[in-house]
Amino acid sequence: MILTIASGKGGTGKTTVAVNLALAVASAEQDSRLLFLDCDVEEPNAHLFLKPSVVAREDVAVRVPRVDASRCIHHGRCTVVCQFHAIAALPNETLVFPELCHGCGGCALACPEEAISEERHAIGIIEGGHADGIAFAHGVLNVGAPMATPVIRRLKRRLSDEYDLAILDAPPGTACPVVESMRGADFLLLVTEPTPFGLHDLRLAVQVGRDELGLPVGVVVNHDGVGDAGVDEYCESEGIPILMRIPLDRRIAEAYSRGIPLVEALPEYRDRFQQLMRSIRKEGQQ
Amino acid sequence: MKQVVVLSGKGGTGKTTVAAALGHLASQEAPIVLVDADVDASNLDLVLSPQLRAKYDFFSSKIAVIDPASCQSCGRCQELCRFDAVLAPKEDGEPYAIDPVACEGCAVCYYQCPAEAVRMEEPQDGLWFRSDTAFGPLVHAHLYAGHENSGKLVAEVRQQAKRIALQGSHEYVIIDGPPGIGCSVIAATTGVDLALMVTEPTVSGIHDLERILGVARHFGVPAVVCVNKYDINLGKSNEIADYCADLDVEVVGRVPFNTIVTEAMVAGMPVTAYRDGPITEELRNVWSSVRDKLADP
Repeated sequence: MILTIASGKGGTGKTTVAVNLALAVASAEQDSRLLFLDCDVEEPNAHLFLKPSVVAREDVAVRVPRVDASRCIHHGRCTVVCQFHAIAALPNETLVFPELCHGCGGCALACPEEAISEERHAIGIIEGGHADGIAFAHGVLNVGAPMATPVIRRLKRRLSDEYDLAILDAPPGTACPVVESMRGADFLLLVTEPTPFGLHDLRLAVQVGRDELGLPVGVVVNHDGVGDAGVDEYCESEGIPILMRIPLDRRIAEAYSRGIPLVEALPEYRDRFQQLMRSIRKEGQQ
Repeated sequence: MKQVVVLSGKGGTGKTTVAAALGHLASQEAPIVLVDADVDASNLDLVLSPQLRAKYDFFSSKIAVIDPASCQSCGRCQELCRFDAVLAPKEDGEPYAIDPVACEGCAVCYYQCPAEAVRMEEPQDGLWFRSDTAFGPLVHAHLYAGHENSGKLVAEVRQQAKRIALQGSHEYVIIDGPPGIGCSVIAATTGVDLALMVTEPTVSGIHDLERILGVARHFGVPAVVCVNKYDINLGKSNEIADYCADLDVEVVGRVPFNTIVTEAMVAGMPVTAYRDGPITEELRNVWSSVRDKLADP
């Protein structure tokens, strides 16, 4: 099963739920093969809680054009076909802007002089390892690099049938990196908080995951007890099940601030997260 | 006219709460324009009670569409697509199709299809709005769920806000930024006069602060830091202070944790307009430091 955990709004507890769910399942189901992918490659945080031993590192690169000046005759076909303004043919020179390049290869295919080859432009890294019997990997986008999606796409290549459960921790928002993190999931768990901001962004996340991608969804209400009844009313009217509630509790906030997983700080949560996993499996089958 | 952006790296640290408060406080001293640059999960309007004045369509991305009648099923498009966006037919000889969600809009299939069966369509990607609030004009936007080019929409709302500010002699443009460090953050950050980084005293908050300060440095934007919910972990708050001191980045505020922030959100108001108290007092200090920094960088 591929389970993506997302939220729309940031800071609602995606990473908390993802990490503790993984740890709870790992301790209860020792034969299960678990994979954890931190897809928030702009600001990855799961490693701060899972503390994996990193055993492998790989570069993520976009293939950007390299123009052979001796063959280029500056007629500018590359500039016409590029949809991203990443290559500009000037009268005497052809300039490449690697930060804008999506690596589609269109310019190299289109150049009649075959003057364009491709070279790797690093935009981030992927680190992989293990934590408490969980196979772990995260992507880290380079500071200053704009495109997170290619890093997520590469990270997702680690998905395979050899795992019984893969947990993907998605970035906040609803734009393309979030879509990439949700695409292909079997179930989408949305973590929200019972506030007007939480509700507004939950609606958007439901639009992406359930309405556009057709995924089954369930909700975890975090920081329960603050705010208003909007999230409950919305879930009720949309028929979206609320699978768990985590109260606003200073002990939880303090453990989080120190990087201690909730299931370690408050062991009663081990059972609660195992129960959450059973609820997800049940909902996912319907 | 000076522009300040509120950023954080990590989501949910209180960017919008701080941006709304700065908007409220700044507007008591000078005319301002507000911008919500978190275009895929915008929340600033929820605490500003905006009156919508105008609504504009936003187009930017392109999507390939295969005409099934012209497709000769050669599979060239699938072979060349680097984004796994071409769906092969179930039976040989049937037409290929494009998965619009996966399509990057690169037009490689459009240019390379030997049968010229591919066309590029320009779907609407979102909307942007001009509104009025009690504190000044607000430029905000809504990127349609799952659409691309959030960075371009951010650039658009910033451009419009700048135009309004210059036309109306507004002194400040206050921008509520998106989380992360990617394209929309870069679009919200380049060319501003100051970035206010809102962080929280947690391992995640510190980790993400380091990266967002890196972005500001990369684009040559001066930055200051506000520690929100500082009393959740005093040790980590001190760690942030030490880290910032090492980098010569000023900490301009330490805002305590208080559920009054959520109460103000439920009431739909900036917390500084909702009630006086320690939160409002500290946010006043933040605004006066930001104002001084903008006057004398």
